[in-house]
Amino acid sequence: MTPGAGLDIARSRCFSLLSHVDHGKSTLADRILELCGAVDARSMREQFLDSMDLERERGITIKAQNVRLTWRDFVLHLIDTPGHVDFGYEVSRSLAACEGAVLLVDASQGIEAQTLANCYAALEADLTIVAVLNKIDLPQAEPDRRADEIERVLGIPAPDVLRISAKTGQGVPELLDAVVDRIPAPTGDPDAPLQGLLFDSYYDPYRGVVSSVRVFNGTLTTGARLRYLQAGATHEAEEVGVRTPDPTPVAALGPGEVGYLIAGIKDVGEARVGETVTGAARPGAPLAGYRDPKPMVFCGLYPVVGDEYADLRDALEKLRLNDSSFTYEPETSGALGFGFRCGFLGLLHMEIIRERLEREYDLSLVATSPNVEYRAVRVDGAVEMVDNPSAMPPPSELETIEEPYVTVTILTPTDYVGPLMDLAQARRGEQTKLEYLAEDRVELVYALPLAEIVVDFFDQLKSRTRGYASLDYEPAGYRPADLVKVEVLLNGVPVDAFSTIVHRQEAQDYARRMTVRLRELIPRQLFDVPIQAAVGGRIIARETVKAKRKDVLAKCYGGDVTRKRKLLERQKEGKRRMKQIGRVEVPQEAFVAALRLDES
Amino acid sequence: MPSSTDAGRRDLGVYVHIPFCATRCDYCDFATWTDRGGLVDAYVDACVTDLRRRVAAGELTPASSVFFGGGTPSLLAPDALVRILDEIPRRAAAEVTVECNPDSVDGPKLRTYARAGVNRCSFGVQSMQPHVLAALGRTHDPANVTRAVAAARDAGIENLNLDLIYGAHGESRADWDATLEAALALDPPHVSAYALTVEPPTPLGRRVAAGTSPGPDDDDQAAKYERADEVLGGSGRPWYEVSNWARPGHECRHHLLYWAQGDYVGIGCAAHAHRAGVRSWNVRAPERYLERIAAGRSPEAGRETLDPATRADEALGLALRTRAGASVPAAAAAEAAALEAAGLLARRAERVALTRRGRLLATEVTVRLLAAATPTVSTSVAVGTR
Repeated sequence: MTPGAGLDIARSRCFSLLSHVDHGKSTLADRILELCGAVDARSMREQFLDSMDLERERGITIKAQNVRLTWRDFVLHLIDTPGHVDFGYEVSRSLAACEGAVLLVDASQGIEAQTLANCYAALEADLTIVAVLNKIDLPQAEPDRRADEIERVLGIPAPDVLRISAKTGQGVPELLDAVVDRIPAPTGDPDAPLQGLLFDSYYDPYRGVVSSVRVFNGTLTTGARLRYLQAGATHEAEEVGVRTPDPTPVAALGPGEVGYLIAGIKDVGEARVGETVTGAARPGAPLAGYRDPKPMVFCGLYPVVGDEYADLRDALEKLRLNDSSFTYEPETSGALGFGFRCGFLGLLHMEIIRERLEREYDLSLVATSPNVEYRAVRVDGAVEMVDNPSAMPPPSELETIEEPYVTVTILTPTDYVGPLMDLAQARRGEQTKLEYLAEDRVELVYALPLAEIVVDFFDQLKSRTRGYASLDYEPAGYRPADLVKVEVLLNGVPVDAFSTIVHRQEAQDYARRMTVRLRELIPRQLFDVPIQAAVGGRIIARETVKAKRKDVLAKCYGGDVTRKRKLLERQKEGKRRMKQIGRVEVPQEAFVAALRLDES
Repeated sequence: MPSSTDAGRRDLGVYVHIPFCATRCDYCDFATWTDRGGLVDAYVDACVTDLRRRVAAGELTPASSVFFGGGTPSLLAPDALVRILDEIPRRAAAEVTVECNPDSVDGPKLRTYARAGVNRCSFGVQSMQPHVLAALGRTHDPANVTRAVAAARDAGIENLNLDLIYGAHGESRADWDATLEAALALDPPHVSAYALTVEPPTPLGRRVAAGTSPGPDDDDQAAKYERADEVLGGSGRPWYEVSNWARPGHECRHHLLYWAQGDYVGIGCAAHAHRAGVRSWNVRAPERYLERIAAGRSPEAGRETLDPATRADEALGLALRTRAGASVPAAAAAEAAALEAAGLLARRAERVALTRRGRLLATEVTVRLLAAATPTVSTSVAVGTR
């Protein structure tokens, strides 16, 4: 049973760990690695799970990881999946590399929204599910009750639900035995044309792109000429190996094996999640289910200091080598200068990218408020995808605007159903389901405009339920809506950074809030400056920055001319850095402050 | 010891800083102390020593003006002030000013001053309305102003200035009109009117920062400035600097020196000096000044030498504050024309001067001219659209 093509496929198991945030996935992974004698837990953590600082801090997994373990006389391939709804597609590809999944549920918390979402995704991928209640050592654990809940909600018989404590290790060997007993062995023909699924790629500055791969058919051999079917490119397999978790080169990977592949690729965009690799000489068919990563949420990212534009561009380039699922293109804003319009898989993804840019590349950034991608249907029937509010055509040219919807699943204690229904209703939600999972737990399902949840829906949900409700969502197509573009004009000139698309009923509110805020932040000029908000050319809110009447030092005292001159010098520098919006001079800080207020 | 051979010489001023006050005004951030009375005699001695050294070094030639500022110079015993003044070589027609608190002068004191050569008094009046004075943290009774002015005239000091401050919390437009009227009733040849300015490290600054007291309102102060300019200018005292009005011939010579980048010597702690493009300032605390003088060292704490471009920028900023105005660098001609069209500048031959509205916006106008005169490095971007 040496690693490589000699593996007995009947003695291999490929499975993932699925759980809601904080239900103990990382701890369980630690314990499994220890039991299998892979490494001690400390160095394992550094190499295996949650390898980015951000992942550790936020307690979520962003990248898929995998490790090869030995349990009794079986080889286990454990694949860790990203733990957030933004990365649903990556999760689906990780699951596609498995035959089974361990579904971890906290024995006191019970089923949460992500438990459901994960379970459905696993069932959709035809996986065998091993349900496990964790944290049974805690006094507030109610394993019997939670097992019943699992049976009722997920249809997994209660007696089949295992009970463990990942912390103490209790029940973990039995869990590994269950993985071996219940999850089917992979099938596949080592002599067929190669079919390998890439389910993760990251960029290593020394090795280039390192991909995680699951072989379904054929044999992936070091040195082979490979065809990447989606990218349409040919590369040589420079190194093939397995992670134990230390990367260990092997001669070949056969069906039912999971490992890594290095093929001299410089850009993760050429080795995307979901890609099929096959032999260049004897190509196999592409595996099903590939999708181009599709950004759902967009915003403008600008350096706070204009000089950092080139640094931002370089940082985006580098970051994209590691994450091909976000997009960026240069844009110029009258208010914020040179920056980029960026697209993200979701709001968390956006926050992660922004945080990494600021942290790893030492940039100070300002983001315009996030928006979704709209379908603008013109009067002549032509359809345009609009990812920047300021690019939305004028109302006279539009038949309708359609916006993306999502199906939102919320699990909550019954006490909070009322407040949550209020919240969903205020966000234009349409209830499609209300079901009691137990006498004290309710599942709510809503159709909601994505735009309504990208800003603060999650925070609102948490604060209205004291943190007890959980949320998951998935895309649910486009629907026409009564949407309008609100433009903000400074002395008659539109300020792009504040254009937004909102439901007609919210236009007035946004208009009033933004004009008042800008009136407070924009310094007085030599003339009155009207700040207006308009919908389709009609003014719906107006404020005025009154002309400045006084700006003079009363006195330069006792011959202290130096102080006065320094003041003038500072103001002169400030004047030269002003953004010019028509005739109005505004320090960029004012715009930045207005946008930051919107974030908070 | 006035000297008489001064015709055609470049003006030279002497500023003497007296850092002692009876009480501190709420808005004041000057170098002054209310708890250092015990230092006064030593301080006067140090000023005398400092002056003697400078005369011996040839640094202090006969002065065209002397200005005792503070602090409250009139707190000094009359002979103490005279001891200092006696050490300053002066030209025949030298202007000698003492800043006086109306509370701390009387006939004998002013007569002693006058005999020693003081020929100008600047009274810190601030307001003639008691509730406004209280809001400023001032203690004097407006009636003392009338008495002090009369006493100065009795002593033969006719060249008088009244310092006014506008914009205190609770000062109405009518209060300000009343203050202007009462000030003019005393018939001073010179009036200074300063907008109350909030300096952070003062009791007023702290109250404003804490939100317990509203700061002065720009629009209110603008209206009061315009009113002052109307009233004072209309009384035969045209403005000659942003905050100063005088009958022709009564402009303060010493202050004109500051605004013309003239030369002046600084005596005492915290005093500033300028000579031919080198600006310097003395140590700020009186104790430090005493130590330096006692150790035979210069009291200078720091200095800067202005390069020609900085000196030119400074000249523009200072000259624009005066009625004579400034000549505009060629690169800023278009900006000057725009400011003229906006009614902020008026052209006089080769120079431009601030209009009344322009004086209220002197900083903005100066900054625009300076920015226009400096080659630009900023990255301007397309306006408004993507």
